[in-house]
Amino acid sequence: MAIFIDTSTRLLVQGLTGREGGFHAFRNRDYGTNLVAGVTPGKGGTDVSGVPVFDTVSEAVAATGANTVMTFVPPPFAADAVLEAAASDGIDLIVCITEGIPAQDEARMFNYIKQTSDVALLGPNCPGVISPGKASVGIMPHEITLEGRVGVVSRSGTLTYQAVHELTTRDIGQSTCVGIGGDPVPGTSFVDCLERFQADDETEAIVLIGEIGGDAEEQAAVFISETVTKPVVAYIAGFTAPPGKKMGHAGAIISGSSGTAIAKQEALEAVGVTVVTYPTQIGEAVAALL
Amino acid sequence: MDLFEYQGKSLFARVGVPVPEGRIATTPAEARSAAQDLGGSVVVKAQVQVGGRGKAGGIKMAADHHEAEALAAEILGMDIKGHTVNSVWVEQATEIAAEWYLSFTLDRGAKRHMAMCSARGGMDIEGVAAEDPDAVVRLHIDPVVGMANWQAMELVYRAKLDRGAARKAAAAVRALYGAFVELDCDLVEVNPLILTADGDVMALDSKVSLDTSAFFRHPDFPAFREAFDEDPLEQMARERGLNFIKLEGSVGIIGNGAGLVMSTLDVVSLVGGAASNFLDVGGGAGADTITNALEVLTKDPTVRSVLINIFGGITRCDLVAQGIVEALAGLDLPWPLVVRLDGTNAVEGRAILADAASDKVIPAATMLEAAEKAVELAGGN
Repeated sequence: MAIFIDTSTRLLVQGLTGREGGFHAFRNRDYGTNLVAGVTPGKGGTDVSGVPVFDTVSEAVAATGANTVMTFVPPPFAADAVLEAAASDGIDLIVCITEGIPAQDEARMFNYIKQTSDVALLGPNCPGVISPGKASVGIMPHEITLEGRVGVVSRSGTLTYQAVHELTTRDIGQSTCVGIGGDPVPGTSFVDCLERFQADDETEAIVLIGEIGGDAEEQAAVFISETVTKPVVAYIAGFTAPPGKKMGHAGAIISGSSGTAIAKQEALEAVGVTVVTYPTQIGEAVAALL
Repeated sequence: MDLFEYQGKSLFARVGVPVPEGRIATTPAEARSAAQDLGGSVVVKAQVQVGGRGKAGGIKMAADHHEAEALAAEILGMDIKGHTVNSVWVEQATEIAAEWYLSFTLDRGAKRHMAMCSARGGMDIEGVAAEDPDAVVRLHIDPVVGMANWQAMELVYRAKLDRGAARKAAAAVRALYGAFVELDCDLVEVNPLILTADGDVMALDSKVSLDTSAFFRHPDFPAFREAFDEDPLEQMARERGLNFIKLEGSVGIIGNGAGLVMSTLDVVSLVGGAASNFLDVGGGAGADTITNALEVLTKDPTVRSVLINIFGGITRCDLVAQGIVEALAGLDLPWPLVVRLDGTNAVEGRAILADAASDKVIPAATMLEAAEKAVELAGGN
């Protein structure tokens, strides 16, 4: 089964005609993802290496049956592009890779989508999602993944890779690896992913990678205690980050006493989650639980 | 990006919220002539990007321009929580009938805007919130709809602000909410928002944090930086598009991705060292990005070893290795470099470094091994 994407994924890329968008879209296709369309206003009727490009998302969906959108649109226009994708019938997942979308745009975009549609939004500012052996949507290096039964969810891109690498080098495969992004208003939360992993027959254990700022890990802890029966291993980054400093992710800001790494670790440990100290321990901790 | 009080107030004035008239001064003589211009009694206020100025003695009343000059001489150069006072804001003193608290921020848990308001404004709002949580009224606002008039009125009534001034207070609340949204702020805080003796509502302070991601909509905002006393290393890094924060230790850190870099700081600390900085080269770093990052670290005399931790995704390890080789050739690197490369083109990257055969470059297979070596080379702090 996997979560979010699998062999039934039909991918539409907003910004396929751009350098980055094109590069990663075709890497996703080479991995086996069914890339069906691109959308760039004004370039409708053209194609990129045989993939048809449309002016609008609704046109592209009608012509190709796309059900998943990946957004590679510059920050000033990204929220608008995501709203267009959300308004198109037939789209059930939007993966927004764009980094640097203003927080006010994100807050409006998130709330509007929740109020007007059932579409799942992953990101913005996320590395995407990969279901090894099935499909990849985003910028993750698929070479380090291995098909298997551990679900990985993370707020940080490169730490996701680190975690996946620790699993793969121990021959532990993954069902799906999800990067939810580090922005203050992520479209998909840890809880959303935990819910999907819990319901997924192909997932036996879950790895959760958190970091300082916000209360997403604390919310995850509550959800785990109430709903998740599968074993969970967690790692939290930012124990030595000085308070009040912004370390790149707009989300990783410590405000007051909440949001610290130690508070998150304690919340997760209190509900039976194995929290490891070094990222290199993720693999052995999962191996011990399987 | 945190603004000085007077910069925030200039934004308040822009959206029609009254603020006292004032002038900026960087010397006691300037403070004196500012006070003379304004006439009457004035308040001399330290301009620093940190709270708690009042308690630290950075805000003082002056009866006239002579006293303003003397107070400015005291306050300028003062250290407030590690921030040096380089300028003071001299403003007309206002007769206060009531002091309130008002703020707007994003509630990340609820994913909505949150307004907070209290009739007990003044210096210690955190103390008030801790001792009597009901004294600080919280209200969520749907970012899609914005703040309705009734919500502003409800906030004002629930917070028990003076009833006679309710409409004026609500108008200020909505105007400040407008500033929060339209000017792309992460935070707008006014403590105190006051009722003057004449029955007007006025912002006597400002704490405004701007969202730098939205600067493309506000071309005049980057100029606020010119008034800041930015750390020269942080400034150099920012101008090169690097995300850099100076820390206290001796192991220089370069990595890709904020999460991985934060994790690297933690691992360095766990093996007994301390990082001298946080430096994230971001996604898709080229050779020149790495050279730039290394050059920034050469300007930091506290660095004794450098740890480069890269997990390639969009970033290609071969380009990172090329950047290191270019830096070895073009810069006089005073310290050893421990390099850990994994992910996209890691094999090619490691080969490039092996070919360079520099005794300054020490390869490491894992993040933990890299941290141990870097800490050892830094002399264990």
